Amino acid sequence: MVMAAALLAGALRRGRAGGGARYFAGESLRRLVSTLVVAEHEGGLVKPSSLSALAAAEAIAKENKVSLLLGGSGPTLHKAAQHAASSHPLVNEVLVADSDVFAHPLAEPWAELLRSVQQKGGYSHVIASSTSFGKNLLPRAAALLDVSPVTDVTAISEPRVFVRPIYAGNALCTVRYTGENPCMMSIRSTSFSPTTESMPETKVAPITQVDLSFLNEVSSRKSSWVNLTSQDTERPDLANACVVVTGGRGLKSAENFKLLEQLAEKLGAAVGATRAAVDAGYVPNELQVGQTGKIVAPELYIAFGVSGAIQHLAGMRDSKVIVAVNKDADAPIFQVADYGIVGDLFQVLGELLRKMPDKK
Amino acid sequence: MKILVAVKRVVDYAVKVRVKPDRTAVDTASAKMSMNPFCEIAVEEALRLREAGAAAEVVAATVGPAASADTLRTALAMGADRAVHVLHDPDPARPLLPLAVAKILRALAIQENPGLFILGKQAIDDDCNQTGQMLAGLLNWPQGTFASKVIVDKEKQTATVEREVDGGIETICLDLPAVITTDLRLNQPRYATLPNIMKAKSKVIKKVTPAELNVDIRSDMEVVQVDEPPKRKAGVILSSVDELLDKLKNEARVL
Repeated sequence: MVMAAALLAGALRRGRAGGGARYFAGESLRRLVSTLVVAEHEGGLVKPSSLSALAAAEAIAKENKVSLLLGGSGPTLHKAAQHAASSHPLVNEVLVADSDVFAHPLAEPWAELLRSVQQKGGYSHVIASSTSFGKNLLPRAAALLDVSPVTDVTAISEPRVFVRPIYAGNALCTVRYTGENPCMMSIRSTSFSPTTESMPETKVAPITQVDLSFLNEVSSRKSSWVNLTSQDTERPDLANACVVVTGGRGLKSAENFKLLEQLAEKLGAAVGATRAAVDAGYVPNELQVGQTGKIVAPELYIAFGVSGAIQHLAGMRDSKVIVAVNKDADAPIFQVADYGIVGDLFQVLGELLRKMPDKK
Repeated sequence: MKILVAVKRVVDYAVKVRVKPDRTAVDTASAKMSMNPFCEIAVEEALRLREAGAAAEVVAATVGPAASADTLRTALAMGADRAVHVLHDPDPARPLLPLAVAKILRALAIQENPGLFILGKQAIDDDCNQTGQMLAGLLNWPQGTFASKVIVDKEKQTATVEREVDGGIETICLDLPAVITTDLRLNQPRYATLPNIMKAKSKVIKKVTPAELNVDIRSDMEVVQVDEPPKRKAGVILSSVDELLDKLKNEARVL
């Protein structure tokens, strides 16, 4: 009788009728939701992709208790922790792992950290963003915890039901996680917009230091970080840019990519590339957009000399407006483009450079 | 040193797959199947390391139905010395998950005792990007994921790996044994020549089952449904840059 009343209340709260047992399970899950978000930071700020992971935590449950985990060392870590503490209304605490061991994103100590924090916190969900950091770390930690993670979640319909693209985004697979806690996932940051509402001044989550005694038990270090070579660029970050201009094999040379950069400059855009352009050495690999490169979903995506192979479309098909410039009228890119120009890309590019008003 | 390479049979990368009308899965019944492109790169890298004297033997392994033997034959024709086929018939509603594959591969690693385990960074069907990391975690070996360059130092028993990360190229150094997963730019896989394809027919493929390896295949994921992605509405072909600028400003309002 009591249970029936609880069921009814649960069904009423959710505002629709349906199978009782499912709702009961749903309700009890809902009450037990608590999420650990593994966040990345840079220059004293939580990265936008990690703020998207917080939006995903909110999509799991409106009353989710979120712990945000940050690792690293030095003043930027502590600045980032302060940013994290007031980054989202659901953030309940910020966990800080302050050690040189976490200064570089090596999967081995990070996975041990995640295991230790999970074992103490008993979270129902663990979320990281599908960045190279998240993809490197999360599956290793999941194996240590003996659970199966979900990669690249693009939508959350119930606390344990997720949508993720498979076959280079040519199918969307809805999966239900039926295993033990925690339910671990990496989320596609372009599918979850970080919250824009400002936090009330008073709501600042406490910052706690993580107990790192587990590091003593971990056997001798088996990996070491040597260096990172990156192209310094003033362009906005490709994964989060509002406008992306991309070049393919049709650009013909690294020199010609400079023209794209000029256009990007005018638009305040990021520059992307296809695999062909990267393989030909026109641009560095981190600009690759596609199934195996970066996934972008800007307001405006302009593709020059891009044929539109399945693997490239996988990385940009969720852009709001797609423009394609290609001399081949049969190029597959025109099937997803909102606006297309069939013609010589250099002519179009030159004309755009002359006529495009300066912006941003 | 021995190198173990894991390969997967998947729908060929050039095939545009369709979702079955009953929305239970992707229709793969008549599709052309091939070795996962990242796995080809893994085989190629193992062969190059053997040819450079860093390894003595290359063993290819796969987990899958009887038809997956083709994929192992391809690896043998490329130059792998022998192969292990872990037979498993998948259930579409409860697909074989990376964790189960990683546990099977761990069992093989314990049997074979390799100095290096090379896998592709992801399979182009499930796009999980998990198995290598999980295998490394289970074995407590270091991992070098998304590798674009691998240098093995036999003396020091280390591997220096350049990795493709979001911000550029990161270099790390791993103590062997280690797990490495390949990115696209690691190498250009060779084609198997006809004589090598013939020779591969006499190479050994050992067959085992997960039960014989003492691996319990548990699935904690259930496929609820599979859908086509939303279709984009048909676009228009414009005749001039002026028209484009006008449309972007006044119709799409993105400028």
